[in-house]
Amino acid sequence: MFSVHGAGNLLVTGELVETVAFKLLQLAVTELPQDVKDALHKAYRQETNQVGKAQLKAILDNIELAEKTCSPMCQDTGIIIFYVKAGSQIQGLDQIESALRNAVEKATCEVPLRPNAVDPFTQQNSGNNLGRHVPYIHWEIVPGNSLEITVLPKGGGSENVSALAMLTPGQGVSGLKRFVLDTIIAAGAKPCPPTVIGVGVGGGADIAMNLAKANLLKPLGEPNPDPELAKLEQELLQAANSSGIGPMGLGGKTTVLDIKVDYAHRHPASYPVAVVVQCWAARRASAKIYSDGKVEYLTHKVV
Amino acid sequence: MAVYRLKTPVSEKQVRELKVNDTIYLTGTVVTARDYAHRRALEYHKAGKKLPLDLAGLAVFHCGPVAKKEGNVWKIVAAGPTTSARMDQYEDEFIKNFNVRIVIGKGGMGKKTADAMKKYGAVYAAFTGGAAVLAAKAVKQVKSVEWTDLGMPESMWVLEVNDFGPLTVAIDSQGNNLFENVQTKAESQKPAIYKKLGVN
Repeated sequence: MFSVHGAGNLLVTGELVETVAFKLLQLAVTELPQDVKDALHKAYRQETNQVGKAQLKAILDNIELAEKTCSPMCQDTGIIIFYVKAGSQIQGLDQIESALRNAVEKATCEVPLRPNAVDPFTQQNSGNNLGRHVPYIHWEIVPGNSLEITVLPKGGGSENVSALAMLTPGQGVSGLKRFVLDTIIAAGAKPCPPTVIGVGVGGGADIAMNLAKANLLKPLGEPNPDPELAKLEQELLQAANSSGIGPMGLGGKTTVLDIKVDYAHRHPASYPVAVVVQCWAARRASAKIYSDGKVEYLTHKVV
Repeated sequence: MAVYRLKTPVSEKQVRELKVNDTIYLTGTVVTARDYAHRRALEYHKAGKKLPLDLAGLAVFHCGPVAKKEGNVWKIVAAGPTTSARMDQYEDEFIKNFNVRIVIGKGGMGKKTADAMKKYGAVYAAFTGGAAVLAAKAVKQVKSVEWTDLGMPESMWVLEVNDFGPLTVAIDSQGNNLFENVQTKAESQKPAIYKKLGVN
């Protein structure tokens, strides 16, 4: 499965990465992380609108059934995105991409995942979730000797209501708040609320979007370490939930489970604000492979 | 908020009795159709070509399932609804030409569709988005799968379902639209929320 090379440096083999990535894909689509389950249970307890509460009940029943039967909780198993943090001392980095692609192909067949990679010009579905830039891999080189892999299967319904605004610096934070609220209300029932909202500010169009989406990897219910951003997140969350859109847009108290904000410094002329919307099935799974070949699953209990 | 147990084919009379907030459990034949299946069905109609099956009295389900072939038999693994708004551009013609009585999906549909439902006698019933395993549990059999060249999600899956639900009637044939009511109310809250956020 793995071998240790030289002075304790991890030599990643395609086989090990593929095995771990397959497990992550399976975990992600069949079982939500505990923080997401907790947030949905809390929403159910607090809901007073009967139609909204019935929707949350169906969601909770469905999650339980999916876990028990090891079936995908939602038929939209998403476009597959990986976030890879590779220790700079790792050897065999060049094997990771093909191993991740193999894992996706295998998971499509065996979990199974819905084939979701379509050529935008011929409209042909590749049938195996592989395509140009799919799965998408975000690379980060970090100091050390371990490899962390996160999978984010991103559903299409919620992605379709994600939005970018290139605001003027004059609009600033006030414009940001308005845009986030407007995006959530305009999305209404479409993204399968209660949603998780990732907000990225600054950088540029692409940077803001990347930050917004990476926010979806953070555990729900954990306040932002920056107290000012934590305050902003709470303010936006309360605002969104006073809209009354509610679970599945059929009315109720919980429209959004959590809002996460991140930022980059901006160009003096620009104030980009990106909003990424994630459905209630806030799926993610992470694992870390250590230099001794030990694998630690970070988001799920694996026995 | 009455509860109905319906069997396909559903008649116009039966469907006109349904009101928003009612609950339906459906038994019989449900046919999946997303964007491209809707488009193709309407192209077929225009060209005078017959559809693979008669949709009159049946339910159309906005869904792209995950299916697995066991031997020669398709098994539905996950089958939650997709966002119905994308089908708004086709649904009025679809209802008019094929006499479907129930449209199942999530997220609601617009005025054009609601008008067709009122005119021809059909309802829109919401199933909880993403509750795909619950939906799959109600599928007893895959009767056939048509137009497989469109890919697994976009194919037309002809499903035999038993007690599929709870489905919430969200658009009825009197022109009531539950999603629209919630949305209009949310829009009307905006000025108060802006004020609280200190947005100018």
